Amino acid sequence: MVENVKELIKAHEGLKHEVYLDNENSTIVPNEILETMLPYYNKRAYGNPTLTHKPGWEAFETIMKSAQKISDFIGAKILEEITFTPGATEANNLAIIGSTFSKRNNGKKIVISEIEPISVLHVSEMLKKFGFSIIKIPVDGKGFVNLEKLSEMVDKETALVSIATVNNEIGTIQPIKEAVKRVKEKNPNTLFHTDASDAFGRIPLNVIDLQVDMATINSYKILGPRGIGALYCREGLEVEKILEGQIGTQKLWPGIENTPLIVGFTKASELAFQDFQLNVDYMTRLRDKLLNGILDELSDVKLNGPKNEKRTPDNLNISILRCEGEALTIEMSLRGIYISSGSACSRRLLQPSHVLVAIGRKYSEAHGSILMKITREHTEEDISYVLKELPVAVKRLRGIVGSTRVE
Amino acid sequence: MDLQELNKMSRIPLPYSQKVIDLFRNPKNQGKMENPTVTSVAGNPACGDMITFYMKIKDQKIIEKITFESYGCAANIATASIVTEMIKGMSLENIWKELTWKKVAEEAGGLPSVKSHCGILAVGAVKRAIRKFYQNESSVPSWIPQDLTYEEKQAMEEEELAEKLAKKLNVPE
Ligand code: FES
Repeated sequence: MVENVKELIKAHEGLKHEVYLDNENSTIVPNEILETMLPYYNKRAYGNPTLTHKPGWEAFETIMKSAQKISDFIGAKILEEITFTPGATEANNLAIIGSTFSKRNNGKKIVISEIEPISVLHVSEMLKKFGFSIIKIPVDGKGFVNLEKLSEMVDKETALVSIATVNNEIGTIQPIKEAVKRVKEKNPNTLFHTDASDAFGRIPLNVIDLQVDMATINSYKILGPRGIGALYCREGLEVEKILEGQIGTQKLWPGIENTPLIVGFTKASELAFQDFQLNVDYMTRLRDKLLNGILDELSDVKLNGPKNEKRTPDNLNISILRCEGEALTIEMSLRGIYISSGSACSRRLLQPSHVLVAIGRKYSEAHGSILMKITREHTEEDISYVLKELPVAVKRLRGIVGSTRVE
Repeated sequence: MDLQELNKMSRIPLPYSQKVIDLFRNPKNQGKMENPTVTSVAGNPACGDMITFYMKIKDQKIIEKITFESYGCAANIATASIVTEMIKGMSLENIWKELTWKKVAEEAGGLPSVKSHCGILAVGAVKRAIRKFYQNESSVPSWIPQDLTYEEKQAMEEEELAEKLAKKLNVPE
């Protein structure tokens, strides 16, 4: 199979323009960020931050400064509220397992939404083995969590609520502040965690204002390197660590901190927040240019998720009817444009994206769904190139579908 | 959905063969046919994956012309193209006896295991067409057993499964 991949890659030879839009699943790290990271591999702060020598102290200083900056960006009180983890998956696991396993917590109910990211779904499902029951709150056609239902489902047994601030597939910005208020009204002891990976750097995010107990953020979602993220845990919160090993500078995550990645994550955050509004406006403009261009060129296209200010500026998720999504990702790849799809054909169990199903999209609509995420690194030319290629690709595939009856 | 099912839901790497990609780019015998002798469809419109074959059958029960339309993934398009090339000019009886999804998969240079069903669907649709052709003629030959073949059954099961899933997940259709 690896041989096959070689051939697949070769099939792309001669591409003149490439546009990476699959920023949901990984990202290109801009040079500016890479260059900031490099010296930390061999010039300075390459030591273990817990040890008593210069490279160690440098590492310690670097990590603390980074934690301070990150905590400032999300409005945390003190840097100790930040735990660096290898990514959002780990941060979500730490939040959900660590808080529900803590001695102070004796509720056995976890409430999440139907459209949580896969890591939240999986870890909640796993906790059933430990006697927890999982309740999933439905969402409406645009992906907004049903707050009435949320209030109704939280009771004295509820240990934790976990609802993402922004849905990673369709960009819906949840009313988290209101959700937290309702949860705490029903049970002040219920903890509230939010995966804010898709909110961080795109919408204003302040953990004190939102009153959440825990929040996950992730580096690669803001053009930082993969393999690093963080969990915010409100000061005084009792959370157990979930991995054993030598404790470094952080209480909740064992092992030696990865200083270069932490530096890259911090740099990526600085870049996202410096000229924040400018970046947001820029992404919004490109995203809307892309959407409107597609709507002009192609019939039977539906936007998945909300419009305008209730949607993050980077997110574009559309269903192109009568065009299968997996085939489209390949067709586009051969044209140098990289996207992903929520089509059943691209999944192991041949089931479409759970998010699209939850917002009531028909299977045939999910079948032609594609997800694209804009970053500030994209240019007008990139978008024009996509607008030139996508309609051609779709028309070719629709030609193959022909008159085969589809709903 | 339990954890095992959830895990299977994740995305998978799909290292398609060069042949699949080539045929995906330039499928053979693709398109609708005017006045076919017989057509058949496999797959479920509710879930998407659908394949249609159009066949023109000569007096000697030989496939003179065959075309397809596909609303499926790259593997589906490629295997449909392969099937049309394989059986063009063959007699219905030989097709029935010799065409298997395994041969199609081989011809495709191997298929990722999760994509076997796309090839099975194509072969199931062809066998369905042949059965239908003889039923229309009201003279089913003895080499067509009453029981469905493996591919026909699989195609049917996939259609039923898709319907069940759609119901289970409460998707309005
Ligand atoms: S047609 Fe859906 S997986 Fe191949």
